[in-house]
Amino acid sequence: MSFDYDKYIRPGKLPHIWCPGCGHGIVMKGLIRAIDTLGLEKNNTAIVSGIGCASRLPGYLDFCTLHTAHGRAAAFATGVKMAKPEMNVILVGGDGDGTAIGGNHFIHACRRNIDMTYIIMNNNIYGMTGGQFSPCTPTGAKASTTVYGNPDPAFDVAKLAIGAGATFVARGTAYHATQIDKLIVEAVQHKGFSVVEILDDCPTTYGRRNKFKSVIEMMNRLKDVAVPVKAAEKMTAEQLEGKILTGVLYKEERPNYTDEYAKVIERAKK
Amino acid sequence: MAKKVAFLQGNEAAAQGALYAGCTFFGGYPITPSTEVAEVLSIELPKIGGKFIQMEDEIGAMASVIGASLTGAKVLTATSGPGLSLKQELIGYACIAETPVVIVNVMRGGPSTGMPTGPSQSDVMCAKWGTHGDHPAICLVPASVQELFEETVRAFNLAEKYRTPVMVMPDEIVAHMRERIVFPEPGEMEVINRTAPSVSPAEYKPYDTKFGDVPPLAAFGSDYRFHVTGLNKAEDGFPTTKAALVQAEEERQVRKVEANVDDIVTFEEYELADAEVVVVAYGSTSRSARFAVNEARKQGIKAGLFRIKTFWPFPDKQIAAIAGKAKAIITPEMNLGMCTQEVQRCAQGKASVSGIFRVDGEPINPGQILEKIKEVK
Ligand SMILES: Cc1ncc(C[n+]2csc(CCOP(=O)(O)OP(=O)(O)O)c2C)c(N)n1
Repeated sequence: MSFDYDKYIRPGKLPHIWCPGCGHGIVMKGLIRAIDTLGLEKNNTAIVSGIGCASRLPGYLDFCTLHTAHGRAAAFATGVKMAKPEMNVILVGGDGDGTAIGGNHFIHACRRNIDMTYIIMNNNIYGMTGGQFSPCTPTGAKASTTVYGNPDPAFDVAKLAIGAGATFVARGTAYHATQIDKLIVEAVQHKGFSVVEILDDCPTTYGRRNKFKSVIEMMNRLKDVAVPVKAAEKMTAEQLEGKILTGVLYKEERPNYTDEYAKVIERAKK
Repeated sequence: MAKKVAFLQGNEAAAQGALYAGCTFFGGYPITPSTEVAEVLSIELPKIGGKFIQMEDEIGAMASVIGASLTGAKVLTATSGPGLSLKQELIGYACIAETPVVIVNVMRGGPSTGMPTGPSQSDVMCAKWGTHGDHPAICLVPASVQELFEETVRAFNLAEKYRTPVMVMPDEIVAHMRERIVFPEPGEMEVINRTAPSVSPAEYKPYDTKFGDVPPLAAFGSDYRFHVTGLNKAEDGFPTTKAALVQAEEERQVRKVEANVDDIVTFEEYELADAEVVVVAYGSTSRSARFAVNEARKQGIKAGLFRIKTFWPFPDKQIAAIAGKAKAIITPEMNLGMCTQEVQRCAQGKASVSGIFRVDGEPINPGQILEKIKEVK
C-alpha cells in the first residue's frame, strides 16, 4: 500500500507555494515519512522555521508549527526546547536563512548541543527573494546580485556544523529521495544537536541563470556530485574532486543542553 | 506576621517582581545597566525549576522568550538601548503573533553605545515606534525600587491579559539605586494568567475573534496544535493577504490596547487641584520634580506634579485636562524633548509647554526644575 501522507498534512493548506521542480517538497515528504517511522506524537512535536521558500514547510504539516523571522528559527526553537524539553523540536529552513542571517544562532545551537534536529535545504540561492546569492552559492555562479559571477567563497554547511559543535551531521540530496527519511530518522534519534543538510535545487532562480536546461538536468547534477561516505573511502583524491559526500558525516556523544540544565536545576534546589 | 522587607537595587527588584508574577523563563544577553536582572534570575529561576538561558545576542534572546512563551511559560528578557534596537524586529513579531512577553529595558545614554552607565530617558520613543508597522505598545516607567517590583508584576499581568509585549523602562538611576522595599505577600498583588481555550482542540483557532479582541492562547505541547507566523494572518493563524481580513486583524491588534487605556494607563497626581504650573515628569526625574514642587509651594507658587507611570499608551486625556486648567506645563526629561512633544500634542496650545532637557548623563536636579517653575509662573 502506498504511504498516506495526508495523515500529516493540514486539511485545506495545499497546494504549497513551491515552484514546479523545486526540491523542497521532496524534503517535506521525507520528513513526513521520517516522523511516521519515528512515531512522533503530533501534539508533542514542534516544527520551527525561519523565512524563505523552505521555511514555508511547517504551515503544511499538522503539528505545533512556528514560522518565525528570517534566520531566527534556531533561537525560537531553543526557547521552545528549553521551556519544554520533553517536546520533539525539528527545525527546517533554507541555506540563506540558516547560514547568513541565522549563522550566529546556528553555530551556537551547535555549540550548546541542544537536542533538536535542523534540516537545511541547501538550494545554493535565496529563492524567495528572487535569486540573490547566498553564503552557499558556489564561487563564480550567477545570481541576481552576482551577474558577473559570484566572488564570494561558499560555506560547507556540514563542516560549519561540525566545527561549531553539532554532534550529528548528515547530508543527503533531493535526488536521493528515499535516503532523506533515513537520515532524518537517525538525526532525530540522536540525543543532541543534529544537522541534516539536503542538497536541493531551485530551477526558477538558480537553474535558469546557471545554464541548467531542465529540472532533470539539475537533479542529475545532484546524482552525479553525491558520493556516499562509504564509497568515498575507496576513492582517490582525484576521483573525489568536485564531489560532495553524503550520508552520516559525523557522530559523537556529548552531554546535551537540556539534560545539563536539568542538573543545574538539581544543584540549585539543594 | 511582619512583611518581608529588604534593601534592594532596582534591577534586583525587577527580577523579584518577575518571580512574584510567575515568570519561569528568562532569555537574555548581558548589557549594562541591566545585567543584574539576568544575574539574579540565573540564580533564582533554577531553584523553582525555571529556566535561564544566556543567548548569543539580543535577537536570539528575544526569539527564545517568544518560543518559550508559546509553550505557556511566563517569560522575561532584560536589556538596554543597543539591545532594545536589536530586539525590535522580534518585538514586532511578538505583537503580530500576539505572544505575551515582558521586556525590562534600562534606559542608558544613546544613540548607539552612548553612555553605558549614564542615565537617560531616551528610549521612550523606541518603545512605541522602534519596530515597523502598526502595533500596540505598552510601556511602564517606574520611579522607585518598590515601583520597579510592582510594575514588573503589572507588566506580566498586562502581557498575559492582552497577549502582547510589555516593556518596563526604568532609567539607569532607578535601576541602580538601592532602596527599602516591602515585598507583598503571595496573593496580595493580583497575578493574571493568560486565558486558556475553552473549546475543543479541533475547534481551536489562536486568533478567534469570537472570543473578543484578545482570543485565548493555547500552549505548544498541550492538547492543542496551532500555527504561529509573523505574516499577516487569519483567525486560524495561517497567512492571508485578503485585504479585509488583514485590515480587520491589524485594527483589532491595536484596538485591544487602545480601547483599554483606562485599564492600562496609570499616573500619580500631586498638588494638582489648584496648580497653575504643572510639572509632567517620569522615572527618577519625577523625584526631583516632587522636591521642586514642594519648594515652590513653600515659596507661594501654586505648582503641582503629574507623574507618568504608564508612558504608552500616553495619558492623553489627563494631560489634556491639565492643559485646560493650568497656565504652564514643564517637562523635565533626560532626552531632547520626547515626552515634551507628546505633552504638546495633548495640550493643543491650551497651556504653554516648556522642557528641561539633559543628555549629558547628569540627573535633572530639583534646583533646575524650581528655577523653571519660577520662570514660567
Ligand atoms: C530581516 C530580513 N531580511 C531579509 C528578508 C528577505 N528574505 C526573505 S526570504 C530570504 C532568503 C531565503 O533564502 P533561503 O533561506 O536560502 O531559502 P529559500 O527561499 O531558497 O528556500 C530573504 C533574504 C527578510 N524576510 N527578513
